[in-house]
Amino acid sequence: MNFYHYAAPATFYPLAGKLWPWFAAIAALLGLIGLYIGFVVAPTDAQQGEVYRVIFIHVPAAWMSMFIYLVMAGYCALGLAFKTRLSAMMASALAPTGAMFTFVALWTGALWGKPTWGTWWAWDARMTSELILLFLYLGFIALQSAIEDPRRADRAGAVLALVGVVNIPIIYFSVKWWNTLHQGASVSLTAAPKMAETMLWGMLIMALAAWAYAIAMSLLRVRAIIIERERQTEWLVEALEAER
Amino acid sequence: MTEREFFGPGEAISWALRRDLRLALRSRGELGVALLFFLIVVSLFPLSVNPDPKLLRTIAPGIAWVSALLATLLALGRLFNNDYADGTLEQMLLSPLPLPGIVGGKVLAHWISTGLPLVLVSPLVAVQFGLGGGELGVLMVSLLLGTPILSMLGAIGAALTLGLRAAPVLLALLVLPLYVPVLIFGAGAVEAHASGLGAGGHLSLLAAGTLLAGLATPWATCTALRIAYE
Repeated sequence: MNFYHYAAPATFYPLAGKLWPWFAAIAALLGLIGLYIGFVVAPTDAQQGEVYRVIFIHVPAAWMSMFIYLVMAGYCALGLAFKTRLSAMMASALAPTGAMFTFVALWTGALWGKPTWGTWWAWDARMTSELILLFLYLGFIALQSAIEDPRRADRAGAVLALVGVVNIPIIYFSVKWWNTLHQGASVSLTAAPKMAETMLWGMLIMALAAWAYAIAMSLLRVRAIIIERERQTEWLVEALEAER
Repeated sequence: MTEREFFGPGEAISWALRRDLRLALRSRGELGVALLFFLIVVSLFPLSVNPDPKLLRTIAPGIAWVSALLATLLALGRLFNNDYADGTLEQMLLSPLPLPGIVGGKVLAHWISTGLPLVLVSPLVAVQFGLGGGELGVLMVSLLLGTPILSMLGAIGAALTLGLRAAPVLLALLVLPLYVPVLIFGAGAVEAHASGLGAGGHLSLLAAGTLLAGLATPWATCTALRIAYE
């Protein structure tokens, strides 16, 4: 199979239309299973009580917020280097989902922080860099929506996302050296996880659900962007007729 | 310079630097505005917080740095806007002088006309907030090392928002989050010195940041400028 075949909006539009309901269904199914494990099956935490259950949403959201920015920057680099229109559209389609996950991570973090640390917000390294990540997402979205010419919007957004991606580690470490209160990571690839197995499963299933959701939403959104940009083209008129 | 085809980056830098400095000298009023803005913002803090000398001394470095960030941001519009409006910038893009050199020279001139004056008036902040001589020295060195990064990163934002209606607000939204590390290490240097830890680490990181930004940002700015003209 030739993947380049799907690099053109005309071939990707129907593919995205076929794929997104599947990913949406996977997201819904895994989300239900994950939430069931998280809120019913998983045991109550010995130290934190029921409050800890927010991690089943908080941790996947935080993972996705960072991962989506990287994917977005990757698409931006492709778009700048090869001038492929679709990569830029994918980057624009991913940004709102990424911003949403960043906001959810901050929001659930605050909800967890109040009963556990006794404060909604602390100027801790990870929280502060997550907040700055939200600003980077919003800046990207604002810049793209302020530029009327879509090609300039794509390329200007791409430069900004790439500057941002270079800055994220610098921001992270600068804030980390400045102040740290957040608990260390409970899950890492190198060490054995420090949590009960059911909790871990619930979290991983929720992470997969978030992943499938992000794919479904970006495919749906990229279809809307394609319709907006290619509305004069013949193939799109035909495709829309066929869908009716 | 009609017959030659190749021009080195040094020539481009010195040409753009001399030109922009001359232009800046001829509009001294504009330069004064950014500097005055810096001093006014700094003076607002004691009025809004508390004139307690001990508190003021602890928050002084942060206030000086935040005000420097805002003053730089205010002056960024001048970097490309006039040249964009009268078409000079387009000629710069078409000229045989290497564009990264031109951009480097312009940014350097921008720093000399806005960043450097901030360093030079920072003793006034020390007087207002009761900073000691050693702390003032560290503050001045941190501003000297850090404000070039502000100009260089800001240039990328200014180029990306070139000619947009919402440019000033958008510029703040794009650039301020990227300034966070500079703010942390800049203000942190003075605090580290005051607490007896020594400011060497912070200042070294700022210097490293300036070198890194000097290597990387002119190219990003050039790309952004070319995108604006496509």
